[in-house]
Amino acid sequence: MELTGAEILVQCLKEEGVEYLFGYPGGAVLHIYDALYKQEDVKHILVRHEQAATHAADGYARSTGKPGAVLVTSGPGATNAVTGIATAYMDSIPMVVITGQVPTSLIGNDAFQECDSIGITRPIVKHNFLVKDINELATTLKKAFYVATTGRPGPVVVDVPKDVTGAKAKFSYPKDISMRSYNPSSKGHVGQIKKAVELILSAKKPVIYTGGGVILGEGCQQLVEFSQKLGYPVTNTLMGLGAYPATDKQFVGMLGMHGTYEANMAMHHCDVLIAIGARFDDRVTGNLEKFCPDAQIVHVDVDPASIAKTVKVDVPIVGEVAEVLEALIKQIDVSESKVDTSAIDTWWQQIDVWRAQDCLKFDTEGDKIKPQSAIKKVYELTNGDAYVTSDVGQHQMWAAQYYKFDKPRRWINSGGLGTMGFGLPAAMGVQLAHQGETVVCITGESSIQMCIQELATCLQYGLPIKILNLNNGFMGMVRQWQEFFYDKRYSQSVMNVLPDFVALVEAYGHVGIRVEKPEDLDAALDAAFNKHKDRLVFLDVITDPEENVYPMVPAGAGLNEMVLV
Amino acid sequence: MQHIVSILMENESGALSRVAGLFSARGYNIESLTVAPTDDSSLSRMTLVTSGTDDIVEQILKQLNKLVDVIKLVDLTESPHIEREMMLVKVEAVGESRSEVKRLVDIFRGNIIDVTDTTYTVELTGPGERLDAFLQSLSSISIHEVVRSGSMGISRGEKVLGL
Repeated sequence: MELTGAEILVQCLKEEGVEYLFGYPGGAVLHIYDALYKQEDVKHILVRHEQAATHAADGYARSTGKPGAVLVTSGPGATNAVTGIATAYMDSIPMVVITGQVPTSLIGNDAFQECDSIGITRPIVKHNFLVKDINELATTLKKAFYVATTGRPGPVVVDVPKDVTGAKAKFSYPKDISMRSYNPSSKGHVGQIKKAVELILSAKKPVIYTGGGVILGEGCQQLVEFSQKLGYPVTNTLMGLGAYPATDKQFVGMLGMHGTYEANMAMHHCDVLIAIGARFDDRVTGNLEKFCPDAQIVHVDVDPASIAKTVKVDVPIVGEVAEVLEALIKQIDVSESKVDTSAIDTWWQQIDVWRAQDCLKFDTEGDKIKPQSAIKKVYELTNGDAYVTSDVGQHQMWAAQYYKFDKPRRWINSGGLGTMGFGLPAAMGVQLAHQGETVVCITGESSIQMCIQELATCLQYGLPIKILNLNNGFMGMVRQWQEFFYDKRYSQSVMNVLPDFVALVEAYGHVGIRVEKPEDLDAALDAAFNKHKDRLVFLDVITDPEENVYPMVPAGAGLNEMVLV
Repeated sequence: MQHIVSILMENESGALSRVAGLFSARGYNIESLTVAPTDDSSLSRMTLVTSGTDDIVEQILKQLNKLVDVIKLVDLTESPHIEREMMLVKVEAVGESRSEVKRLVDIFRGNIIDVTDTTYTVELTGPGERLDAFLQSLSSISIHEVVRSGSMGISRGEKVLGL
């Protein structure tokens, strides 16, 4: 039987197991929306802005490990989606974004709602496809999901002209796909594994430094086994939080610009650095010339281009993190070398001295709410088991510092691109994927306004997200840098003309609570998480306006040159 | 140092702009770039001349390999190879310079492929330096137009960049 291109497209999504399609209709995708109307397997989530569709699909993908799926129309639909695609690209999130396109006969004619979606998205996708022939539609979608989810994952855009969705063709979905130009490697090189293990076991001051790749590559369990077998300290990047349980004694906290003192000092002084699924981002390394001066480096990554990109590596291993970790564990077991336990004990004594600085302590006195204490309370109230999304800025760093993630895929934030407006729509994707679980969006008064229209989407689909709006009346991180490096000239970072958030969220049909005093916080949290368990609750928490994120590695400094308070 | 990278890629629309876009986005140099389909029309062969430190060139090769349309590539400069470039030059050819150009073309083993009363159009093929040398030798002669193809390359011996 022949199907229309639109029906084929929807069938393909079904075949790929897409539960939720986040999107927004428009002229070029009307055939597809009609095909969606006639079925119930793929549930469409109608957002209020296409940026939110991509962030929601992204949140879904980050919290489940399955690819997110997005459908937007041509022209402005596609350009609005760009921020979300770039966000997913920077953090290697698997996602397939279907953009409508004007009919093939009109491409290049400056037609209504036409833009070169392929050209615009090319630098921010893992790959993209323009489907000009209906007979290639199914295979192209198969390829799109394959490319998005394998190797180093990433977003893939499929641009589908309207006439292709209107035409008819026979449908058969390919079971398997292989592409001669795309063969991501999975197993690490045996010789390199042996070499790495000898170096790892010879370490006297080792650090295991892991990033988002361990979560994306489903290697968390293996990481725990590997780390505990060795007894070495573990630090996670912002993207890697949750890969190793934060409450375990071997965990020394996040590293980098706002990482812990003990993590950064251990990095600086280590003799063997074991980097796994991390990419030596500038926010992690600080000044490259001062980075890990005495370390020999093992680097495991699925993407060869991540290895030796910014930092020279002694033992590179290209492969899937989980498989390589398993191979490393086996090799440790058979190696004649053993962990130098006395050296490691001494190393831990040194780390404990750094730990004793208690770099995350903060002043709890005074009549203003400390943002850190609000996050700590949320952590305690949710038993550390909530899915937490964040926007970008001070609140993001505080969430990373004070919410201790013991499980992977619970911490959902835009690390690479640093996209304000990410938190709320991402939380929608997370909540849809994990119904009945607690989803908290930690945000600020500036970030939340960038996608606040999604409160309507949350109402439509009954998403009981808990929004913790840490409202300090500033773009906090901008203000912090202006305080430190621009003599307190707060140029355009004051955000004190704000809506009445409580009235606003109530207008959207949700519960809003404003909290101004530290002593009122517990009751408000109780209302949000218990009394109004099944509703979206927006806590507008007025916090100390000039609180800063500490500790901090100033720009241009080495990790050992942290400012503590 | 200059590197000649030979790339075998899918002959798909947009493949060239993926390569060009990669270079501009990451701030790498392209000195020349030539591309055309091979005997297998589903494949394109591209020769790209770039320069940079060893670290940068290593990154360039890795980033190129990461492009989904790229099937295989080789840095020809790492082993014996042949490099060829074609040039078309239109020069003034009147009076004494007419015979001078003819002599130079013979010395450089080029061909005069078009003639008017006042101009010659010369075709010359060889490694880039030979073309540079030819242009230099024309210093006293007025050059109207220079068209260069950019370098193409292939490995010496039995080594093959194929599927």
